[in-house]
Amino acid sequence: MMEEDREGLLRVSAHTIRVTEAVRDGDSLTFIVISQKLSGSGEYHVARTHEDFEWLQQCLFSQEEVPGVLGVIFPPLPAKPHLNASTKVLKQLGFLVMGKEWCTYCKALEIYLQQVAANTRLNKNKCLENFLTSSDAPGQQRVRKSIFNRLSQAVEGLRKEGHKDVDDFFQTERDNNFTLTGCSKSATERFLDVVLTEQKLAVACGHLSTCLHLCVEQRDDGTAQAFSQICVKLSEVVDLMKKNFENVAENNLSTLGLGLDLETRYQEAKKEMLYRRTCKLVELETASKNAERAKPIRKAAMDDLKMKSEKEFDQISGVAKQEIARFHSVHVKLLHQALILWCEKQLETAKETSASYSQHLQAFKDLGE
Amino acid sequence: MAAEMEPPPLGNAGETDFRELEDGEDLFVSTVTTLEYPEPSSPEPASLPAEDISINSNGPKQKDVSFDDDPEDLFAEATEEVSLDSPEREPILSDGPSPAITPVTPTTMLTPRMDLGAADMFERSLDEIEEDNNGDTFDIHIAVSDPEKVGDGMNAYMGYKVTTKTSMTIFNKNETTVRRRFSDFLGLHSKLASKYLHIGYIVPPAPEKSIVGMTKVKVGKEDLSSAEFVEKRRSALERYLMRTVKHPVLLKDPDVIMFLESSELPRAVSTQALSGAGILRMVNKAADAVNKMTIKMNESDAWFEEKHQQFENLDLQLRKLHASVESLVCHRKELSVNTASFAKSAAMLGNSEDHTALSRALSQLAEVEEKIDRLHQDQAYADFYLFSELLGDYVRLITAVKSVFDQRMKTWSKWQDTQLLLQKKRESEAKLQFANKPDKLQQAKDEIKEVRSTLEGKVEQGEKDFELISKTIRKEVSRFEKERVKDFKAVIIKYLESLVQTQQQLIKYWEAFLPEAKAIA
Repeated sequence: MMEEDREGLLRVSAHTIRVTEAVRDGDSLTFIVISQKLSGSGEYHVARTHEDFEWLQQCLFSQEEVPGVLGVIFPPLPAKPHLNASTKVLKQLGFLVMGKEWCTYCKALEIYLQQVAANTRLNKNKCLENFLTSSDAPGQQRVRKSIFNRLSQAVEGLRKEGHKDVDDFFQTERDNNFTLTGCSKSATERFLDVVLTEQKLAVACGHLSTCLHLCVEQRDDGTAQAFSQICVKLSEVVDLMKKNFENVAENNLSTLGLGLDLETRYQEAKKEMLYRRTCKLVELETASKNAERAKPIRKAAMDDLKMKSEKEFDQISGVAKQEIARFHSVHVKLLHQALILWCEKQLETAKETSASYSQHLQAFKDLGE
Repeated sequence: MAAEMEPPPLGNAGETDFRELEDGEDLFVSTVTTLEYPEPSSPEPASLPAEDISINSNGPKQKDVSFDDDPEDLFAEATEEVSLDSPEREPILSDGPSPAITPVTPTTMLTPRMDLGAADMFERSLDEIEEDNNGDTFDIHIAVSDPEKVGDGMNAYMGYKVTTKTSMTIFNKNETTVRRRFSDFLGLHSKLASKYLHIGYIVPPAPEKSIVGMTKVKVGKEDLSSAEFVEKRRSALERYLMRTVKHPVLLKDPDVIMFLESSELPRAVSTQALSGAGILRMVNKAADAVNKMTIKMNESDAWFEEKHQQFENLDLQLRKLHASVESLVCHRKELSVNTASFAKSAAMLGNSEDHTALSRALSQLAEVEEKIDRLHQDQAYADFYLFSELLGDYVRLITAVKSVFDQRMKTWSKWQDTQLLLQKKRESEAKLQFANKPDKLQQAKDEIKEVRSTLEGKVEQGEKDFELISKTIRKEVSRFEKERVKDFKAVIIKYLESLVQTQQQLIKYWEAFLPEAKAIA
C-alpha cells in the first residue's frame, strides 16, 4: 500500500518490534519479525534468517554519509545459531541457545532490532526499513564495503588500546569499560555454570524417579504394598524436584542470563566504539606530526589531511559522548528489567513448588501405617 | 606384628564367619536366603563384625579384629576403601567340618568379660525375654555427640559422648552419659553378633571402618573433609545404637546395657595383623565357595525360597537407588560451589558499576545468591544424611539379613550331617549283630549303642535347632518388613520437611530482593 513516505523516517514504531518465534527449516532457522506501523493501521510480518540480520548489520556499518558514524555504539548482533553444533560452539553462544525453543535467542534478536530502530543515527537507513517491511528477503543484496574494514587496515598491526587519551572523560570511560567488560563476562560465564548444573540436577532427579519406580513390589502382602506406595509417592516428589530445577534453570537463563549476556555484548560493543575513536586519535596525532615536519611543498597537503582528520575526530568524539550517555541509560534499563523479571519469575516458581511440596508432605503423613 | 591366627574353637565344627573389617567393606554374608530385619530403626551398614561368629562355638571366640584405632595395628586396615558395590564385599564364611555337636546354647557363649546377670538372662528363652517388657513401653533415645580427639599422632582416636535418655526400668537411671570410642562400638556389635546371629536374630551391623578417614583425623588434618568424616561417623554410630535398642531382644542384652551405662568398658583389643588376616581371609573365601557349592538344602518351605528372592531383588534396587541419590548429592554440591562463585562475580560487577542504584541492586543480587548457596548446602546435607545414608544402611542391613538365612542353612546342614552319622552308626550296630566274635561282641555292641543314642539325642537337638531358627527368622523377617516401612516413611517425611523448609526460605529471599530490584531509578 502506498503511504506517505517521509524521507528518512522509519514507518515502524521501534518499541513494537517483536521477534515472535523461530521456525526450523531443515538446518536453518527462520525468525518471524512483527512490527506495528507508525500510522497505527496495522502490522508488518516478515520472515528473516540470520543472514538477513547480518546483511542489515553490514548495511549499518557502511553508512559513510553519517558524520561521526564511527562514534556510534552499534547494537551487537547475536552470533549465528548452529543447530547441530558441537558443545564448544554452543557454550560460546551460552544462554541464548539454551532456552526452550529458541525463546531467549529470539528475545536477543528482538532487543537488537529495537535498539537499532531507536537509535536516530541508525534508523534512517533504508536497509532497516527494508528489513522490517519488505516481504522479500534482503539477504541476497550486495552490501557496500564496511567502513570498518578500511579503518582497521589503516592501523593494522598496531595495538592502540592502551594509547593514552587526550580527554579525561574518555580516558575514564575506557578504563571503566575495560573493568566492566571483564566483570560482566566473568559473571555471565559463572551464571552459565549455575544453569548448566541445575539442568544436570533435573536429569539426576529423573533417574532417581525411575529407580524408585523399579522398587515397586508386586507382592500382595501389606508391607510390600505399603513400601511400594512409599516409593511411588516419593517418586512423585522427585518428579516435582525435577520440574522445579527445570523451571528455575529456564527462569535463570531467560531473564538474568539474557540480561548478563546482553550486558557483556553491549560492553564489548562500547569497547569497540572507544577503540575506533582511539584509532582515529592515533591517526590524528600522526597526521599532526606529519604536518609539522612536512617540507614546504607538501605542507599544504599535510595540513589538509590533518584538518580532515581533526574534523572527523571531533565528530566522532561528539557522537561518542552522546552515544555513551544514551548507552548508560539503556544498559541500566536492560539490566534493571532483567533483574525484576528474574526475581518475579523465581518467586512465582518458588511459591508453586513450595505449595506442591507441602501438599505431598501432607499426603505422605496421611499414608496409612 | 606377627599374625596371630587363632585356632579353630575347641570342639567346634567351627563355622566361623570371620571377617576382618576393612574400610568401607561391608561384611556381607553369602546370600543363601535373606531375612528381612524387622527392627532396624537406624540400621548401620550391614557389616558383620570382624568377629568369629561361631554357630556352635562353645566359647566366645573373640577373634580379635583390628580396630582402626588400635595403635598396634597400623596395617590392619591397610587396604583400600571398598565401595558399596565392590565385588570384594562378599561375606567371608569360614568353612569347617560339619559339626557333630549341638549348637551352642547361649550360656556357653559368655565371654570372660561378660557380667553376671548374663547367665540369668539366658536361662529364660529368648522368646520370653522378648515378650516380657516389665510393663515398660518402648521409650528410649540415644544421642551420640561431641566428638573429641584424644591423644595425638597415630595413637590418637576419636571419643564420642553417648547419652541415653529413657524411662524404661531395665536401665539404672533415666539419663546416662558415657564416653566411648569407635572400637567400643565394634566390640559391642561383635559380642551381639556372636550371641545372636547363629540363632536367627538379625543384628544391626556396626558402622564401617575407614583408614583414609581416620588417618586424616589422626594426623590432625583440620579440613572440611575430616570434619565431614567425623560427622558422618557420629551420625552412623547414633543410628547404629538406635537400631540395636529397637530390637526387643537386643535391648535387654547385658552387653548393650553395659555399653550404654557403665563408665568404663574393657577395651576391645585386636591381635590380627595384616598378613594373618589376609591369609585367613583367603582361606575363608575359598572355603566359602566350596560351602556354597556343597550345601544344597532341600528347601521344604517355599516361604524361605520366596524371601530369598525377594531380598535379592530388594538389594539390587536399593543399591541402584543409593547410587542415584549419591549422584544427586554430588550435583547439588556442585551447584552450591557454582552459586558461590557466581555470587562473587556478581559482587565484583556491582562494585564496578557506576550507576549507584544498579550497583546496589547487583550487590544485593550477590547477597541473595550467597544465601541461596547456603540453602543448597543445607539441602545437600539433608539429601545425604537422611536419604543417602538411609539407603546405605539398608543395603548393609540386608546383608546381615542374608547372613541369618545363611545360618539357617548351616543349621540344617549340621543336622543333616548328624543324621547321616547316626545312620552309619545304626548300620554298624546292625552289622555287629551278625559278627562272629562273641567275646568282643557285647562290648562293641554296648559302645555302639552308647554312641548311637548320643547321636540320636544330637539329631533331635539338631532338628529342634533348625525349627527354632526357622521360626525365629520368620518372626524377624516380619518385624524387619514392618520396621522398614516405618523407617522409610519417617525418614522421607523428614526429608520432605527439609524440602518444604528450604523452599519457604527461598521464597523469603526472593520477596526481600524484589523491592531492591525495583528500586533502580
